[in-house]
Amino acid sequence: MIWLQLFYTFFKIGLFCFGGGYAMLSLIRNEVVDRFGWMTGAEFTDIVAVSQMTPGPIGINAATYVGYTATGGHVLGSVIATVSLCAPSVILMILVSRFLMRYRQHPAVQGIFRAIRPVVVGLIAAAALMMARPENFVDYRSYLIFSVAFVGAYFFRVHPILLMILGGLTGLLM
Amino acid sequence: MYWQLFLVFLRIGAFTIGGGLAMLPLIERDVVFKKNWITKDDFTDLVAVTQMLPGVIAVNMAVAVGYRMKGVWGALSAVFGAILAPFCSILLLAVFFRTFRDNPVVVQLFTGMRPVMVALIAVPVITTLRAIGPTLVSGLIALVAAILIWLLGVSPVWVILAAGLGGYLWHLLDKRRKGEMKK
Repeated sequence: MIWLQLFYTFFKIGLFCFGGGYAMLSLIRNEVVDRFGWMTGAEFTDIVAVSQMTPGPIGINAATYVGYTATGGHVLGSVIATVSLCAPSVILMILVSRFLMRYRQHPAVQGIFRAIRPVVVGLIAAAALMMARPENFVDYRSYLIFSVAFVGAYFFRVHPILLMILGGLTGLLM
Repeated sequence: MYWQLFLVFLRIGAFTIGGGLAMLPLIERDVVFKKNWITKDDFTDLVAVTQMLPGVIAVNMAVAVGYRMKGVWGALSAVFGAILAPFCSILLLAVFFRTFRDNPVVVQLFTGMRPVMVALIAVPVITTLRAIGPTLVSGLIALVAAILIWLLGVSPVWVILAAGLGGYLWHLLDKRRKGEMKK
């Protein structure tokens, strides 16, 4: 049962995640934390944090991790989740390479994506808002770290990994 | 050739940290400039398509390049290369993570890193909005989508489907209006 759920869930995530990366997070969280309870909200944030420091796309990292933990430590769970996540991409991209490249400029296609693009922004915002919870913000110092990191990343383009390391060190000193 | 595709994407998967759009310049350097597999113009088109489609961007790129070069098996070799390194590193981590997660030092480390994480996700909200052209309409759509998902717990799947349908209806309305103007 769990195997089918993993397959279905990650196939769906792969099929509906437009914009990649951060836009995926609200969908993944919605499924694995809120719907199935495969991990806690705090654990999810930690995995996102860790996947910033390990190679590879966040979606793949999350699928591999969830597949392992949700099945109680089976490597096959990781394989199923990761393959399911990639399957829609492989199928759609191959179809598109064949047919849709020509219709990219078609007004109907353009119209659909004109509406989906702002939704992607909303997805990323929802991911950030869902993580702005007491489990991630323990006291005023958390807000301080958040503000400094935001200014560093947005205005000074400090590298994400450097920011994560600095945040971790600040946590140790707290 | 399959081996080459596998190797190029293995390296890209192993060395891009953070994922997503960060890997595009790397893929471009390898596939366009070093290997001369596809032209710069073709690459730009492929990027546009990979961004339009759902899924992990790196995997989409691997399929696009692999398929262009060597058909279905080329696509599969490239995808396998792209996911192998992240898969192995996270699996290794998953095996140990639950045991050392309760260690007090690790707890403190993560207490400091979590707000940074939230900030790192908050930044692309603004940069993406700026990239697509921040109009009143796009801002409103983004706001409504965020509230639906965040406060009302609506699955993002429905929000995306609704947006796609809305965009299509909008296009039909546009067409009809233009048709009437011509008359």
